[in-house]
Amino acid sequence: MTFVNTINITKRHEATTALDDVNLKIEEGEIFSIIGPNGAGKTTLLKILACIDKPTKGELYLDGVKVDDRNRSRFREKVTMVFQRNVLLSTSVYNNIAYGLKLRKCSKKEMSERIKNVLQLVRLEGYEKRPASRLSGGEKQRVSLARALVLDTELLLLDEPTANLDPENVSIIEEAVTHVNHELNTTVVMSTHNMFQAKRITGKAALLLRGKITEVGTVNELFRSPSERLAAFARLENVFSGTSEILEEGTSLVDIGNGLRVEASIKKLGKTQILVRPEDIILSRKPLSSSARNVFKGKIVGITDLGPTVKLRVDVGKEFATQITKRSFKEMGLNVDSDVFLTFKASSVHAV
Amino acid sequence: MFGEILEGFRKALELIVLGDPAVVQITLRSIYISGTATLLSVLWSLPLGITIGLRGFPGKNFVKSIFNALIGVPTVALGLILYLLLSTSQGPLGFLHLLYSPLAIMLGQALLITPIMVSFIASAVEAVDPQIIDLAKTLGASELEASVAVLRESTEGVLLAIVAGFNRAIAELGIALMLGGNIVGWTRVLTTTIALESNKADLTLAIALSMILLLIVFSLSVFVNLIQRRKK
Repeated sequence: MTFVNTINITKRHEATTALDDVNLKIEEGEIFSIIGPNGAGKTTLLKILACIDKPTKGELYLDGVKVDDRNRSRFREKVTMVFQRNVLLSTSVYNNIAYGLKLRKCSKKEMSERIKNVLQLVRLEGYEKRPASRLSGGEKQRVSLARALVLDTELLLLDEPTANLDPENVSIIEEAVTHVNHELNTTVVMSTHNMFQAKRITGKAALLLRGKITEVGTVNELFRSPSERLAAFARLENVFSGTSEILEEGTSLVDIGNGLRVEASIKKLGKTQILVRPEDIILSRKPLSSSARNVFKGKIVGITDLGPTVKLRVDVGKEFATQITKRSFKEMGLNVDSDVFLTFKASSVHAV
Repeated sequence: MFGEILEGFRKALELIVLGDPAVVQITLRSIYISGTATLLSVLWSLPLGITIGLRGFPGKNFVKSIFNALIGVPTVALGLILYLLLSTSQGPLGFLHLLYSPLAIMLGQALLITPIMVSFIASAVEAVDPQIIDLAKTLGASELEASVAVLRESTEGVLLAIVAGFNRAIAELGIALMLGGNIVGWTRVLTTTIALESNKADLTLAIALSMILLLIVFSLSVFVNLIQRRKK
């Protein structure tokens, strides 16, 4: 059954058009990703689905009922949203999570039971009495998620729920979301610019570019043949085209130009496109003796601070992006022009 | 002269420690009158400040700058205007027979501290993360409940505004003098007594009352500080 149905939804802010004729059908119980760059209109779309903003034009149906000015506030009980930038009430973790339950006139006993369970789900057991303002960024985002999950709404909207978080927090959040989707059949709509996240936890996805939906499909379909637009806007990094030959061992050697030959545990002959996740690349000052088949020497050409992690662009003949924690970055004393080695396994090389 | 002042301090401390009836009475009356004036002002300053802080409307900045400018209004000027309004013989509100009564001081002080309270409350509400409204709504709040959430986030700032208002009320002289008339046992408060007694060159009582006044103002500030620190 279709749970979310948008018909020609358009949103204008004065002269600019944030959303342009958005038509989406999202099935009950599915996890749906909206992929797009910053400023594409992802947040605006989610806010309209959350019934806290209304479209300039077009219709929104939730659970088969048309949302209008008279019933919009009532729909807020069925839907909740987690913002990209966590907004916490300046009180304890418990009171933050209790806020929505109090509005729903939940009994004290049930409230503390539910809060205990949801804190377990986001792995913040025993955090009830802590002031929310003193938590770390990842913990704050998990409290925001818990505050939404505890309401057990039919539709859960997540606006870039893991942007700028470290891998541990990302996996806790992804697990919690997958859990409620499986156990409670909650419909989830998540915006992200991370294609891998979409692939990890969602079934279907849509690409939103400058307010327009340009592609919709299962994540596997989109991923198998990413259009140029998708590759560019989903920030797919380390995508290289080359010619592949099959080695005796059954792996392939892909020549991606400039003398770079990447070994990949795929079997492919001829023209191919490969991808290496930035997280799968180990960066070192000296060559590592390891089982990894691919080791390249290069120079750092770009540094971007992402908060807890640092993204580096390394030129090894072709430019590779890698991501390391800020701590490693500092400890290794890296800078632009530093000589470094990139190491990754043949099994980290994916064909796209 | 200096010895006289020291002697004044010694005697003043004696008056305070021994709980001199005149000192106690004047202090309590001051707190009662200015406290009531503050509560009275809260009645209109709170909704006014919240409305200005919460809603965007044309001319909002203009309204805010008017209130900001009025913060510095001289107490004697406001006292004079109200005196002329309330004056029994010619004033348009003379028929109320309010002049030279505690109620007149309360009304005057309530008006005096309205700009400071409105400005501070509006700023406190504005300082709350605007996303709180959206957040409250995503969790199921109505428009009204979302506004309450914002107000709750601004509690410290609102409290600070109320304390600032009370401090200004209890420390002002012009209105208490012109509308109260410094009548013994009726409208005589801390500031009017201090002014009168130091005129009469009886420094002991003036010093004692000044110390009490400073103590009230300082301890309230410390209290607000503690609350702010506890919430952080």
